[in-house]
Amino acid sequence: MTTPSNLIASDLRSAPMKKKRLTLQQRRNITGYIFILPFILGFLFWFLIPALVAAYLTFQKWNLISPPQYIGLDNIARLFSDPLLLQSLKATFLYTFLSVPLGLAVSFFLATLINRQFPGIAIFRTIFYLPSIVPAIANALIWAWMFNTEFGLINVIIRAFGGAKVPWLQSTSWAIPAFVVLSLWSAGGAMIIFLAGLQGIPDIYYEAAEIDGAGRWAKFRNVTLPLMSPIIFFNLVLGFINTFQVFTVPYLITNGTGGPENSTLFLVMYIYRTGFRSQNMGYAAALSWVLFIILTIMSYVIFRYLGSRVYYENPGE
Amino acid sequence: MATIDQFAEEAVLKTQAKRKQVYQNGDRFWNSLNAGLLILMAIVMLLPFIWLVSSSLKSQNQIFSYPPQWIPDPIQWENYSKALSIKPFGLYLVNTLKIVVLNVVAVVFSSSFCAYGFARIRFWGRDFWFGIVMATLFLPYAILIVPQFIIFTRLGWVDTILPLTVPLFFGGGAFNIFLLRQFFRSIPEELADAARIDGCGEFGIYWRIMLPLAKPALITVAIFTFLNAWNDLLGPIIYLRSPANFTVAVGLASFRSTLDVSWDLQLAATTSVIVPIIILFFFTQRYFIKGIVMTGLKG
Repeated sequence: MTTPSNLIASDLRSAPMKKKRLTLQQRRNITGYIFILPFILGFLFWFLIPALVAAYLTFQKWNLISPPQYIGLDNIARLFSDPLLLQSLKATFLYTFLSVPLGLAVSFFLATLINRQFPGIAIFRTIFYLPSIVPAIANALIWAWMFNTEFGLINVIIRAFGGAKVPWLQSTSWAIPAFVVLSLWSAGGAMIIFLAGLQGIPDIYYEAAEIDGAGRWAKFRNVTLPLMSPIIFFNLVLGFINTFQVFTVPYLITNGTGGPENSTLFLVMYIYRTGFRSQNMGYAAALSWVLFIILTIMSYVIFRYLGSRVYYENPGE
Repeated sequence: MATIDQFAEEAVLKTQAKRKQVYQNGDRFWNSLNAGLLILMAIVMLLPFIWLVSSSLKSQNQIFSYPPQWIPDPIQWENYSKALSIKPFGLYLVNTLKIVVLNVVAVVFSSSFCAYGFARIRFWGRDFWFGIVMATLFLPYAILIVPQFIIFTRLGWVDTILPLTVPLFFGGGAFNIFLLRQFFRSIPEELADAARIDGCGEFGIYWRIMLPLAKPALITVAIFTFLNAWNDLLGPIIYLRSPANFTVAVGLASFRSTLDVSWDLQLAATTSVIVPIIILFFFTQRYFIKGIVMTGLKG
């Protein structure tokens, strides 16, 4: 990003230095690496080394207390005959495939609602964003109470309209839909990013479309959607990765059990339970690799098949 | 020339005014639909909060009555004093603030420092390392939980706040680096050049020119960090063992797992934890939303 003026200015500064040993580029390299050194060290300590430890643990049996014991491929073999892993994958995929598209639709819808200027709009933006800043534990308590079968607000409303009580968190078939509803409450995070994108679309595009006789739908379809596609893509990828790793709220609501009958035992909950409750660090590491491999494959698929359909205004930027 | 320009400008203004008029007349239906939907969605979003506050002020009997009352009668204010005295929430608050303050300081300085390097210095391997930054943004954090725990156990850091604070001094998080880098890139290079001519080095430019100019973006990053640290549960629950070190979130979570704490008290404690961050958010929301819009998040 160095502009020519930058080069000239730097050259001017270095010109009078007589005993210079380093070229401009060498000095730049040194300064650059000093600036990013904290990140490089952090990456080594908290990412690369842990990843190597995870690789090592996969071949060990270890309960944190007695020394690790080499067991070869036992942990990996166990992955293929583990009914709980299968159950947790089923729950995680179901939750992800319901929650991500619905979440994108709701957050985009909210963003279009608040993308206008009138007095008081800030209040609506704040209200829509508010659920996203609520701590996970508060979120869990609020929604455990909202979904309470006898006295929760959701069932109160359903009954007021003449429906029957739904045993949300007690039923193996309703627990995941309940968590999806819960996740939609926090659509504000993605909404803000969409709003930023919508505000970045210059008015002239809409004006040009109007001159061409475009109606509301045509403008949305041919101006808004293509220009927003990089941001939709960004939210899709981040939403997918975060949703697939759902942990805290279901963990708290179900008291760590993943109940009823493991129907909400999401993958990360299963990893946590294996590592920290059953004290089986080796198998927990093996399960972590399952998570990593699935996310890598899914991200590849998303980038490969959807990434190519994203419209970029300035290619190569 | 000037007259032609003026004429063109006038014409544009006229068309714009006309367009606005048409827009205002023809779209009354859409405007009222938008307003209606806005109000409807606002009510839907607020209902859980209203239900929470209402339930937290009810007695045990009222909370389990059907149909429910929205306004409790009588109002049980003592739910709050009872709920907050079950656990030492004052101590938890002090513990939480220690972590929050250290996190905010760490992130603001560390991530802006790295972001400056990525945004403004052309060094060998920069794109490679920035690729790594973006990769860690997409890396599943969950695979690191177990090995990080083992490393911190080896270091003897378990049951201290070190695992929850020290890592942030190293880069301060990929998302923050990304956000600040975008912001630094939007600051005109001429400002830095002027400082260079005056004999200012890269560190001086970062410290004296970039940091003050980046204040709005830094506030955004600081608020994000504050919220994350205040809300974090997984980290404290793994690393903080003795109750004297618990954070507010862990204290509240221990309510949930203690079955003898009744709903009214759980909800009163929940409200007490949410209120401070809602107040903080109301005072800072304009920086917050502006900061995100300004840095122009793009994929």
